[in-house]
Parts: sequence; C-alpha cells; structure tokens
Amino acid sequence: MKEDIRLLKGNEAIAMAAIRCGCDGYFGYPITPQSEIMETLMAEQPWEDTGMVVLQAESEVAAINMVYGGAGCGKKVMTSSSSPGISLKQEGISYIAGAELPCLIVNVVRGGPGLGTIQPSQADYFQAVKGGGHGDYKLIVLAPNSVQEMADFVDLGFELGFKYRNPVMILSDGIIGQMMERVVLPPQKKRLTEAEIEEKYLWATTGKKNNRKQNVITSLELDSESMEANNLRFQEKYQVMQEEEVRYEEYMSDDADYMLVAFGSCARICHKAVELAREQGIKVGLLRPITLFPFPKKQIAELAENKKGFLTVEMNAGQMVEDVRLAVCGKKPVEFFGRLGGIVPTPDEVLEALKTKVVQ
Amino acid sequence: MDIKEIMKPENQVKAKSKLLTDVPMHYCPGCSHGVVHKLIAEVIEEMGIQENTVAVSPVGCAVFAYNYIDIDWHEAAHGRAPAVATGIKRLQPDKFVFTYQGDGDLAAIGTAETIHACNRGENFTIIFINNGIYGMTGGQMAPTTLEGMKTSTSPQGRDVSMAGFPLKIADMVAPLDGMRYVTRQSVHTPTAVRKAKKAIRKAFENQKDNKGGSLVEIVSTCNAGWKMTPAKANEWLVDNMFPAYPIGDLKNV
Ligand SMILES: Cc1ncc(C[n+]2csc(CCOP(=O)(O)OP(=O)(O)O)c2C)c(N)n1
Repeated sequence: MKEDIRLLKGNEAIAMAAIRCGCDGYFGYPITPQSEIMETLMAEQPWEDTGMVVLQAESEVAAINMVYGGAGCGKKVMTSSSSPGISLKQEGISYIAGAELPCLIVNVVRGGPGLGTIQPSQADYFQAVKGGGHGDYKLIVLAPNSVQEMADFVDLGFELGFKYRNPVMILSDGIIGQMMERVVLPPQKKRLTEAEIEEKYLWATTGKKNNRKQNVITSLELDSESMEANNLRFQEKYQVMQEEEVRYEEYMSDDADYMLVAFGSCARICHKAVELAREQGIKVGLLRPITLFPFPKKQIAELAENKKGFLTVEMNAGQMVEDVRLAVCGKKPVEFFGRLGGIVPTPDEVLEALKTKVVQ
Repeated sequence: MDIKEIMKPENQVKAKSKLLTDVPMHYCPGCSHGVVHKLIAEVIEEMGIQENTVAVSPVGCAVFAYNYIDIDWHEAAHGRAPAVATGIKRLQPDKFVFTYQGDGDLAAIGTAETIHACNRGENFTIIFINNGIYGMTGGQMAPTTLEGMKTSTSPQGRDVSMAGFPLKIADMVAPLDGMRYVTRQSVHTPTAVRKAKKAIRKAFENQKDNKGGSLVEIVSTCNAGWKMTPAKANEWLVDNMFPAYPIGDLKNV
C-alpha cells in the first residue's frame, strides 16, 4: 500500500494519528500552543466515518472526567492540553490511575509557573513523571522529538495504556506541537465494536449482563488493608514497566568521553551540539530518554561506568537532571544547562556549557 | 399520619426489587437516600434495563450507591458526575445513564459540570438529592442551606450577607434549551414516594428518544445533619424546605 505522507504540525499529527488508530473519543478545551489538536479533529469530522466522538468540554476539569467516563466503558479515549490546563486535570488523572483505566493525555508544554508564557518549555517534567496529582501513582510518559513521533506515540500510548490499564502521557512542548515536518501517517485501524469490548475488557462498564458481576469503576477503598494491597499492586505494575518498557535512543555514544542527556526538542538541539563538539575534537554522545517514566536509569548507570561526565540539557530550571544524578549515583559529575521562560537553548550555548561545566 | 392510611394496600411493600443487593445500607435511619435508591432500583427493574444501565455515584453520602444497586457504576470525583456521565453516554449512546448527586456535589463544586451538561442537553438523567447540607463530611453549610439554618459551618444560622442565598439549581437549569424535564419531588410520605417514582421513571423513559436532559430534584431530609428525629425532620422539611424549594414540575416538554 502507498504510504500516506503529509506535511503537518505536531499538533495536527496527533489529531490525525488519533483518528487513524481507532480512537473512540476526544475531549478537550482550547489552550495555546495545542489548540490545533481539537481544531484538526473538528475539521476532519471523524464521527462521520470512524464514529469517533469529539467534544469541546466546558473546562479541562470536565474534559478529563469525560475521559474517565469513556475509559471506564473500555473505550480508547484521550484529551490534550497545555501546562495550566494539565494542572487542572490532575485530580482526574489521579482518579484514572487509582481506578486503573487506560487513557491518553497530551501535554504540549508551555512556560510557567502560573499563566506563564505560550512559548515552549519542559518545566512540567516533574509533574508528569513524579505523579502530578495526589497519591502514589505513575503515568507512562512518552517524550516525542519529532512530528513523526507525535503521530507514532498516539498508537503506542494507547497500546501501553491498555496493556497496563494505566494513563499514558505524551509530554511534548510548544516547538514539537507547532513545527511542521514530513510525517508518514499510519493506516486506518477499525474501532472496536461493543461486542469486542465486552469480550476483551471484562472490567468495562458495558451494562451488567445476567451472567456476570456488576462492574464498578472506582478508586475508593476505605479498608486500609485493602487500600495498601491496591497500592502494592500498582507499585508492582510500575516495576514491570520499569523492567519492560524503557525506551531511549543513543547518538554517537560508543566512543564518547562525555554524554549529553536531553529529551524532546532539547534532544534535537543537543544532536546538533554533538556534531559541533566533534568538529572541535570533543568526543560527545547523546542519550535521549524516550520514556521519561519508566526512566532509562540502568542505561545511564552503565554509561557512568566509562564516561567522564554528563551534561543534562533542559528547557527548565533542572528537573530531569535529578533523575540522571540518581542513576549516575555520584560516580561521575552530572552538570546541568537550561534556559527558562520559553527560551530555547542554541546548540552553541550547549557546546559552551559543555566546555565550561564538564570537559576538563 | 394515621396508621390505617399507611397500611393501605398500595403502600404495602410486596417485594424488594431484585436489583437491591443484600448489603446493609450505611445511611442513617430516616435518611432519604435509601428510599430514593429503592425507587431507582424499582424503575430500572420495571423497565427491564438492568443490562443497559450505567450509573455514576457522587462524592457524598451516596458514594457507595454501587454497593446497593446491582448495575454497572462509575464512582466520580466530587462534583464531576455530569462530566463522567457525558463521557459514558457519548460513547455508549444506547445505554441508560444516570448520575446520583447531593447538593454539595451538584450545586457547589460541580456547578459548572451540571450547568454545561444540562445546557448541552446530554441525554441522561440527573437525580439530585437536596438535603440542604453536607451530610457526609458532618453537616457543613451547602449552597442550598436555608437562610438562618444552623450547620457546623454556620453555627449562628446562614447569614446571607456573608454566605449568599440558597441556590436554586432546578430553577437555573429549567430555562436551558437543552433541558426537557425538570421536576422537584420529595419522599416524605407514601404519596410523595409514589410521585417521585413516577418522575424518576419519566426521566429514564425520556432517554429513549434523545430530546434533551432530565433532572429530578428530591427535596430530602438529613435528620442526622439537621439534628432532629426522622419524624421532626419530615415536619421541618414541609415547613421550611418546601417554601424555598416548591414541589412540582418546573419544565416538561
Ligand atoms: C475535591 C474534594 N473536596 C472535598 C471533598 C470532601 N467532601 C466529601 S463529601 C462532601 C460534601 C457532600 O455533600 P453533598 O453533596 O450535599 O452530599 P450528602 O453527603 O449530603 O449526600 C465533601 C465536601 C472531597 N471528597 N473532594
């Protein structure tokens, strides 16, 4: 079959990929820099052909709770927003994690705190990977660095979400959301039928038939022993994710003396910085975590054995660097370089930071 | 009320709805929640829609409603039931969907979700238990608390200059074009119970032809929160709650 190649913004790619992967429903609320996701869905009118529901909610709070409702029915449902809106969704995300439901949440991050700026940022790293809302829970967090990955991670996100019955977040930023690139769109998948959902997802609220127990979607458990048991079950699940779902990419790390560590759009900048450094005879490599949770800590620990030092580059005040330091565990120096407030670091700045902070 | 009137044949309980489980209800004796649960179970059973119903329980005294009515349920975050129900109904339009919410849940923290679900004409049923107080958390003031009414957070009585006025949600949603049926009922006498059941049945039947939302407000007692005997609470309901929240249909189109 001929490939479906388009020139799309990252946000548009998310929308197109959602329709293509057989998503059942999208619920959102406008916020820059991600509004094209819902705009594209509304323009495409998927309800006419795949039957996908698209609804503009009255708030991000309502949108995530619509997702909670849809997800409990065993449907592939998603929402998207940017930082302030993602903060509003946190209670709902915690409920979804507590009720063990799959869903996809896209955060096209902008600079904060508060209303902040509409310019790109990675300042929501902690919120995404450390839980975000109340209680001990984790999201699976995917960090795309291209428009192609924006598209690909929609299907991957749903696959992982249903595999683990856990919410999945695509942690993107204003650069990836807004920039246009060539993207190969996946072929159209069929949405599951009601009968298929009933057969596949025995937990889903598809209506209590006589031969089964009632299904109740809840995160409530007042008995402490049972609540502890629930929590331990969640922790085991997160452990399995840590062992089986880590994804990352290395660039020129084999012969490198020093390593850059960066995710998302910062990894694109660091890619260029690696080339600039090598032109000057500095042997640098790049590790790009693709899953931010589970974090590639084993891989970083191994690199710490034979590299001389690390520079973590982020568009925030230094968040992922804490996880890099935990993985390196004091074996080698781990330095940080970041720009804040919506400023994007340049490859030259990264190279300069590498030379002054890491290279002896 | 005369015992002979209570013992009329039409008031006698012949059987418990098959949909009501044997789990002992945690509600205080005299509370309206249990009666409304029973009516909902009967309506679902009589309509034969148990296999096709998905309900949403609130945060409030009725949080465990799923333990008592044997259908599929979602337990929603405080106030978010109408948004959760929107997700369920939009994705399973052939199901009968209802939310069951208290006045704190529906008329305070969840006002936005309530108004917007009603305004969109979401094709589900909202059962709204208005007992004028936050029951579950120990009797604090609700948006529906009457002027001068004492609660744990208005110990001198609700001062409207400080706390605003009792919020009349049914009056607010009735004019919305998305709404088809808005009614206020109560369950303090056998006659009232029968009328309330009819209203709940109608609100469920309305889902069949998708012509807009239905909200059934049950003006209720919370004798524990009001610090009264059940009998006294029923009297207080008639004397004080009904003037502020008059019983009857607000909209039926
Ligand atoms: C976000 C959030 N805020 C507050 C609470 C605490 N809380 C639980 S129930 C409740 C009030 C319930 O009152 P109402 O809705 O009137 O129902 P009732 O208990 O009277 O039936 C509150 C404030 C909560 N669970 N979640």
